[in-house]
Amino acid sequence: MNLVPHLPALQVVIPLMAAPLTVLLRRRSVAFAVALIASWTALAIAVLLWLQVSHSGTITYAIGNWPAPWGIEYRVDRLNSFMLILVSGIAALVLPFSRASIEAEVPASQHYLFYTMFVLCLTGLLGIAVTGDAFNIFVFLEISSLSAYVLIALGRDRRALFAAYQYLLMGSIGATFLVIGIGLLYLMTGTLNLADMGLRIANVQGTRPVLAALAFITVGVSLKLALFPLHQWLPNAYTFAPSAVSAFLAATATKVAVYVLLRFYFTVFGASAVFAKLPMQEMMLLLALAGMFAASTVAIFQTDLKRLFAYSSVAQIGYIILGMSFDSVSGLTASIVHLFNHGVTKGAIYMLLGCVALGMGGTTLGRVQGLGKRMPLTSFGIVIGGLSLIGVPGTAGFISKWYLLLAALEKGQWWLVFMIVLSSLLAAAYVWRFVEAAYFQEPRKDTDEVATTPWLISVPTAILVIAIVYFGLDTSFTIGTASDAATALLGGRR
Amino acid sequence: MLTPEQAILACMAVPLVGALLISLAGRLPNLREGITLVTAAALLACVVSLLPVVLGGGRPGVVLFSLLPGLQIAYKVEPLGMLFGLIASGLWIVNSLYSIGYMRANQEAHQTRFYVCFALAIAATMGIAFSSNLFTLFLFYELLTLSTYPLVTHHGTEKARDGGRVYLGLLLSTSTLFLLPALVFIWYIAGTTDFTVGGILADKLGATEIALLLALCVFGIGKAALMPFHRWLPAAMVAPTPVSALLHAVAVVKAGVFSVVKVIVYVFGFDTLSTAGAAHWLVAVAGFTIIAASVVALTADNLKRRLAYSTISQLSYVIMAAALLAPLSLIGAVLHIAAHAVGKITLFFAAGAIYTAAHKTEVSQLDGIGRRMPWTMGAFAIAALSMIGLPPAAGFISKWYMLSGAMATQHWLAVTVIVVSTLLNAGYFLPIVYRAFFVAPPADPHGHPHGEAPLLMVIALTATAAGTVLLFFFPGVPLELARQMITP
Repeated sequence: MNLVPHLPALQVVIPLMAAPLTVLLRRRSVAFAVALIASWTALAIAVLLWLQVSHSGTITYAIGNWPAPWGIEYRVDRLNSFMLILVSGIAALVLPFSRASIEAEVPASQHYLFYTMFVLCLTGLLGIAVTGDAFNIFVFLEISSLSAYVLIALGRDRRALFAAYQYLLMGSIGATFLVIGIGLLYLMTGTLNLADMGLRIANVQGTRPVLAALAFITVGVSLKLALFPLHQWLPNAYTFAPSAVSAFLAATATKVAVYVLLRFYFTVFGASAVFAKLPMQEMMLLLALAGMFAASTVAIFQTDLKRLFAYSSVAQIGYIILGMSFDSVSGLTASIVHLFNHGVTKGAIYMLLGCVALGMGGTTLGRVQGLGKRMPLTSFGIVIGGLSLIGVPGTAGFISKWYLLLAALEKGQWWLVFMIVLSSLLAAAYVWRFVEAAYFQEPRKDTDEVATTPWLISVPTAILVIAIVYFGLDTSFTIGTASDAATALLGGRR
Repeated sequence: MLTPEQAILACMAVPLVGALLISLAGRLPNLREGITLVTAAALLACVVSLLPVVLGGGRPGVVLFSLLPGLQIAYKVEPLGMLFGLIASGLWIVNSLYSIGYMRANQEAHQTRFYVCFALAIAATMGIAFSSNLFTLFLFYELLTLSTYPLVTHHGTEKARDGGRVYLGLLLSTSTLFLLPALVFIWYIAGTTDFTVGGILADKLGATEIALLLALCVFGIGKAALMPFHRWLPAAMVAPTPVSALLHAVAVVKAGVFSVVKVIVYVFGFDTLSTAGAAHWLVAVAGFTIIAASVVALTADNLKRRLAYSTISQLSYVIMAAALLAPLSLIGAVLHIAAHAVGKITLFFAAGAIYTAAHKTEVSQLDGIGRRMPWTMGAFAIAALSMIGLPPAAGFISKWYMLSGAMATQHWLAVTVIVVSTLLNAGYFLPIVYRAFFVAPPADPHGHPHGEAPLLMVIALTATAAGTVLLFFFPGVPLELARQMITP
């Protein structure tokens, strides 16, 4: 049997099947093996899909042979395949990492549940990225969110429960808004297929329900992607979740939500004049700037590194949204490439923080004093990650910043150019909080005995850190894919 | 033998491999220092092997990565970069000898980190020297900032941390706020950032835009220490003296003025700038920096601080000379990069030797010290002559060319600045020499008998002082390289 035509479905089905398996098998080492195989297979499929798409163009797949727009269609283009690689790649690295890291953070009896939830979350995120159906997006968004709530609640700290609850409330509101928006669109266009919707919306553009749908979807998804000021759930969730969960969610969950926004804005609304009816661009620009500056400033005053970098995530989301607001190829390229680059960077940073938590017994600035002496490589890795957040050349973050600056220059907006570079100085300020703690303070007495980091943790972490530098030097994969995707999203409008 | 292309790559690889080996040999100080010296010698050999090629008109190059269309990480050795590479790698050897003496005599901690970061900084400097476009230069410029940060904050004290904040804060914010937007803009306008003879911006921008873009570039290159972005240099003086000597008299600050000259000559081009009249303001700002920094140096009692302000002033000579847009003054600028490097490193070496032998840091403490440390203060005197611009020291030649250029273009402001600052230079250097040799040492009951600093340090500072004189008598190579910049 030839599996190649079914790859889009298998991308989701394999992790989905793995989830109940882990529950049935229960033994944590077996559950781990199942989850690992599922996530590595997912990565392999994602790579195959990417190759196929870059070779022969968009792939469509009709679930159950029901042709679109009646059946559910899976549709893989440059943008999706890029997201699939990010999500499955991070999962493939975080999973081996989690094996040793949850040892200290999650009760052993719940380990198999951790793996169940992890693969479910992966299923959801991959599903969102692969599907071409609006309602299907909502379903997968719920799968990923519900499992994410559980994953966060597994954290050792009791505040993890509160964080998960907070996320659940905000996430549910977001999902509700999204489904209302989708419902309105269905009402007006009579279809749930995104591509079809994009064609039919031309007949109803400018009608009030469509505008309302735009507003509902924007707010709903913005909650999920933690657009300032709808980011309140994020710092707690990242801070109190187990390290592996922080790493996975920080690198993928908000990024996939941004992808959803891109899809709705450019594939569905893009071709119509809806955008012009509401001051969307101005609003996104303002919120993005507010996020970049407010969240970075807040980050400077944090004392827990996990929280510090969580606020940094909110700020970096600002960059992504800023890129979208330019509504140009360079701007969108910046957004898409930053999805990836920031995913890699934040994934690496949170994995490194996981190492720190294991070695030093915590991630507060007080705990990491003298980290440069105690864990020199880990400490250096965080510095590299930090440099990427600042956007120093030679790191992935620089590439995103370059395109963002280019997009601002193309529009002749010099003030925005300076806003962007100014905000990267704020990033330097919060990264240097870590540097000064790690290199200028003497280590605490109780951190004399640093346990050596198991290789299952250190190897995946090192791979991601190297990736930060690699994608800062060789951009043929990232920029190549992102600029194609951006051009396709704008659909020849310019 | 290496082909020129291999030699270029070796210039990058040798210090990096050296850094790795040094960190591995951390527990064996003698081996570690041996590796430093061998690395420095190997690097110089690689750089020197390129010299005949460049003098013969060759411009060897290598492309490492291609990030975007027209945006590559690539090397190309042209005359100015050749000269800068020669200076930096040549002085690294001398400085390594000096460092070994200094770090051991003062029993500094974290010596392995010190030598590793030093090698990394040199690698970044070579990257700057050989970069074939502004983007590559920017990349290594930032790497140089980052790799020197641990050296500046070497002592790990509160004071070092504060100095490090100013250092990093100013250098990083100027390059991010001004140079990066300028870089993206240049790429956007010209579709390339390659250093090209005659510039890449001809007929692309209006006069005002050219002037503004030049301002972004020149102030963005904070390492050139043009006022008002000069404060990082005095702040960096908290570093151990070998760092101040090589990095803050040679590698880092010269990387700054080197970049400014490169941008003026190869990105904007003399013709574009003079047609637009876009560089007049720069002559004025650089002239102001020369005078103002000299005045501050006059009042500074701390020796290293006085040297730091003297450096700020001398750097602006280079900027001013380049901004005059005259071939003669450009030769002066290029020669001054070399002349000031050997002169200022000697002065810092002397300051470090005084600190090591006598534990003195202030000018007012130096009465009669020349009798105890004749070699050190003799070298100091020669280097001071070079700073003032008197024969038989290298500074005379560069100043001569600059002055000729200023007169040829009838830029009387520049002429005045050069004359006045020469007097000021004499005013803050000669009293030190006078004190050292002609004022009787104070009858200090707490003073302890001392002679010269450790031998390695004395050898190093004598060598660079000799270099200052040699460069006066044999300026052939730098002069030829400078000429080739104008008429390729």
